[in-house]
Amino acid sequence: MLKKIVILLFVTCFACFNTVFAAESGGMPQLNPEFWISQIFWLIITFGILFIVLTKVILPKISDNLETRKSQILENIETADKQKEESQKKIDEYEKIILDSKLKAKNYINEAREKILDDINKKRAALEKDLDEEISEVEKELSDLKQKSGEKINKIAAETSAELIKELIDEEVNSSSIAAIVEDQSKINRERKDV
Amino acid sequence: MASNPMYQFNVYRIGPEIKLGSVDISFTNASLFMVISSLAILIIFNLGAKKKTLIPDKLQLLSELSYSFVAKMISDTAGSKAKPYFSFIFSLFMFVLFCNMFGMIPYAFTVTSHIIVTFVLAAFIFIGVTIIGFMKHGLGYLKLFVPSGVPMVLLPLIVVIEIISYLSRPISLSVRLFANMMAGHTMMKVFGGFVISLGIVGGWLPLSFSVALTGLEILVAFLQAYVFAILTCIYLNDALNLHH
Repeated sequence: MLKKIVILLFVTCFACFNTVFAAESGGMPQLNPEFWISQIFWLIITFGILFIVLTKVILPKISDNLETRKSQILENIETADKQKEESQKKIDEYEKIILDSKLKAKNYINEAREKILDDINKKRAALEKDLDEEISEVEKELSDLKQKSGEKINKIAAETSAELIKELIDEEVNSSSIAAIVEDQSKINRERKDV
Repeated sequence: MASNPMYQFNVYRIGPEIKLGSVDISFTNASLFMVISSLAILIIFNLGAKKKTLIPDKLQLLSELSYSFVAKMISDTAGSKAKPYFSFIFSLFMFVLFCNMFGMIPYAFTVTSHIIVTFVLAAFIFIGVTIIGFMKHGLGYLKLFVPSGVPMVLLPLIVVIEIISYLSRPISLSVRLFANMMAGHTMMKVFGGFVISLGIVGGWLPLSFSVALTGLEILVAFLQAYVFAILTCIYLNDALNLHH
């Protein structure tokens, strides 16, 4: 489109100006073959030299440089990848260590807790046993005491009543008869209490 | 007469007349700009290729970008088989581009605005591509003129059209570049002439047009070099790969 417009404009301009300058311009200088051979000659020489020098000297250098850059970049990427892998490995290792130590810590805690619980249980059992023993001892003592207290009370009561009788009537009473009476009385008392 | 828009295309002798036998091969302004363009290319790319640093400087970047640009263009249009012709297409592209660009400098001569120059380049490409085609495929290269999937009735007509289009390649290739360059430069000259003739009062419009045209012409200069190179690649693709 652009080209068409340009060429159209050119054609109109050319048509106008060709009539204006027809006298002094001999048409298009491009169509004047006077220097055609010279242009071809110099084109071949300059373009030939350009082509040869570019092909033999300059382009190989540029392509070499591009290749080295490419390989360098590839190498760098490779090393970067390698380092990334290594760091990943190290991270994995580190995480494993942390996990292990966490597990270990948990184990330690569990062990310690079990030990302590064991200790506590053992001590509690021992304590309970002691307590039980003591309680049973005391109960035994108590029951002993209860049993003995009756006899003692009877004895004391017999003695007291013997002395009281002596004081009251100034006479020695047979202690065995007093004891029998006291015994009877206490038996009655006990029965009454039981009822 | 300097105000003639065609005057800028005049070729004149610089220095003494050189004759090879009876043929005039004198050094002209056209030759001068061919030499300047080639030297500029060689100097720029040599400086760009000299330093081999990992991180390129400006000239190195320029040369490497041009290298990869042309390489990509060739591999996109003609495939990997065209690699041996890389340096030729690179030289061609750079030569046309620099000649076009040097033509944009005021008072400079545009080498590619002469049909004889573009025609010689195009004819060289045409002959070279034809030789490559026949060397690669032998007489099978003639299959290029017989597209597949065409009904038998139409075949004679199609073959004739194909042959004509093939033979007109050098003409279309050369005239495209030559006409674009000549048209652009003539237009700029015409608008420049308008600026003078309309003077300080009315000259601003053509002047602004001239400025815009300069930008357009720089674009065209690049574009035509690119088109020239890419068409060469396409012709080369036909010769190398032969699928129509």
